[in-house]
Amino acid sequence: MRFLLMPIRSNKQGVQINVGKDGADYNAVVNTMQAHPDDLKELGAASGATIRVRTDVGEATFQVVEAKVSRGMLFVPYGPPTCQLYGGDTDGTGMPTSKGWEVEVEVVSREPQASAKEPQ
Amino acid sequence: MTLAVVKHATCTGCGCACDDIEVHTDGARVTRAVNACELGETWFRDHSPNPNLPPALIDSKPASLADAVALAADLLHAANLPLIYDHGYSTCEAQREAVALAESVGGIIDSYTSQCHGPSFVATQLVGKVSCTLGEVKNRADFLLYWGCNPAETHPRHTSRYALHPAGKFTPRGRRDRTMVLVDVEETATAKDADQFFRIREGTDFEALSAMVALLRGQPVDERRVAETGFTVAQLRALLDRMKAARFGVMFFGLGLAATRGGHGNVGAAYRLAMELNAFTKFVALPMRQHGNLVGSDMVLRWTTGYPFGVSLSRGYPRYNPGEFTTTDLIARGDIDAALVLGSSAAPGFANVPTIEIGPKLTRTGTIPRVQIATAATGVSAAGTVCRMDDLPMPLRPALTSALPTDEDILNRVLAEVRKKPAWYPQLKGEAQIA
Ligand code: SF4
Repeated sequence: MRFLLMPIRSNKQGVQINVGKDGADYNAVVNTMQAHPDDLKELGAASGATIRVRTDVGEATFQVVEAKVSRGMLFVPYGPPTCQLYGGDTDGTGMPTSKGWEVEVEVVSREPQASAKEPQ
Repeated sequence: MTLAVVKHATCTGCGCACDDIEVHTDGARVTRAVNACELGETWFRDHSPNPNLPPALIDSKPASLADAVALAADLLHAANLPLIYDHGYSTCEAQREAVALAESVGGIIDSYTSQCHGPSFVATQLVGKVSCTLGEVKNRADFLLYWGCNPAETHPRHTSRYALHPAGKFTPRGRRDRTMVLVDVEETATAKDADQFFRIREGTDFEALSAMVALLRGQPVDERRVAETGFTVAQLRALLDRMKAARFGVMFFGLGLAATRGGHGNVGAAYRLAMELNAFTKFVALPMRQHGNLVGSDMVLRWTTGYPFGVSLSRGYPRYNPGEFTTTDLIARGDIDAALVLGSSAAPGFANVPTIEIGPKLTRTGTIPRVQIATAATGVSAAGTVCRMDDLPMPLRPALTSALPTDEDILNRVLAEVRKKPAWYPQLKGEAQIA
């Protein structure tokens, strides 16, 4: 199933960067995506399930939780996993385009994982 | 345990650089940061000096500071094209030393700006910019348009301290004297504070902003093309009427514009709109800059080299070219053969080159740099100057002292070591020319 990927900045992400990027909480925050409940249903995944997200340049796995977001979009705080999804092409601007990537999503495990964080 | 309170400390947790923080310490750690938001509170608390941190690590093993500095100088001096990458957490004083170091080793200097608001700078260079300080926003602005940003999450005191809520000289009733409109792809937490929220279709900011400029000029626009942005022409007209009716309007924009494809075009369209509105009223546009002292990095690079980021000093004079001398591109092409990362953990992209890390938190997982040097945290235990998102310099009032040196000290020492070596470019005779 295809989605638009929207990496974002969030308060919890900023707080966990201050605490330390080596921490489990930081990793949980940047590994947790938000999706519309109907999209999760269509994927056949429960809130907290593990998904694999693929672009032309890379892939990463995330926990996905349901949240009040638009259909067809995935929101996730910027972090090491999102960096796997966009490559080094900056269209000559120096800035990797990070928002609005079309991504392919497949479910890795349908059941909730303990580390999934509440919507950021 | 000595309890101490420092008033009017400056927080560098985000680009707001709030300078009204009352920092309480027990002599060793920050215990409270009164007035700070949660982000600022953790900034102070979690950057308290860590007594367990070794002064330096070489290949993950504890090393003396002198050895670490010497190896850092060797690696940078031996490299054909070293990169000095500033993550934007250091003081302006340290950043100036970083420019001098880049020049001494004939390298490239770039900052995290190239990976966030770099396109906003390119837009400024293409279009120009009408700007103001946050003090003017507080005292004068009666119309606020937040576009592609979410200050409730990323700059938690932006609306309460500078923009929407505070009573100002010409906005004495605070929130009641102001109108706030939010445009974003999602109804974020900031929408709760807005008088009006518009959901824009992802990737159509340039089109919507350009249509607004056209409508402002009385030019025809295609209703169907406008509808593709999520707006109707009537909505854009009504929004423009509100903007024109303001006494002082401000557009704050974030990565929703700058980090979407064609970011410089998006921001350029926002700047153009703000400029054209000055035919009707006073209107400005400002980027929502991020953490630490990223703005200071741009400022220091501008006053020393003439350019804000992505500057090569490999020919002995500054050359600027986003896409060529910017970190993401340099890593992707494999152009650099050593890197000094200032202020933060090295990104995985630096895995293939010997890397030197200088900062208050040393990387423990992932790609471990060859040389790691621990320093005092900016504003918590290191003094100096940082710049707020509106380019205003702010003095720091650190509440703690640290046994660790500052970033500036370390860069100075590395620079001194490099200058003992043969100059890479004879005319320079080992002396810094710019910074
Ligand atoms: S808004 Fe920003 S600068 Fe102000 S206290 Fe919060 S993190 Fe610090």
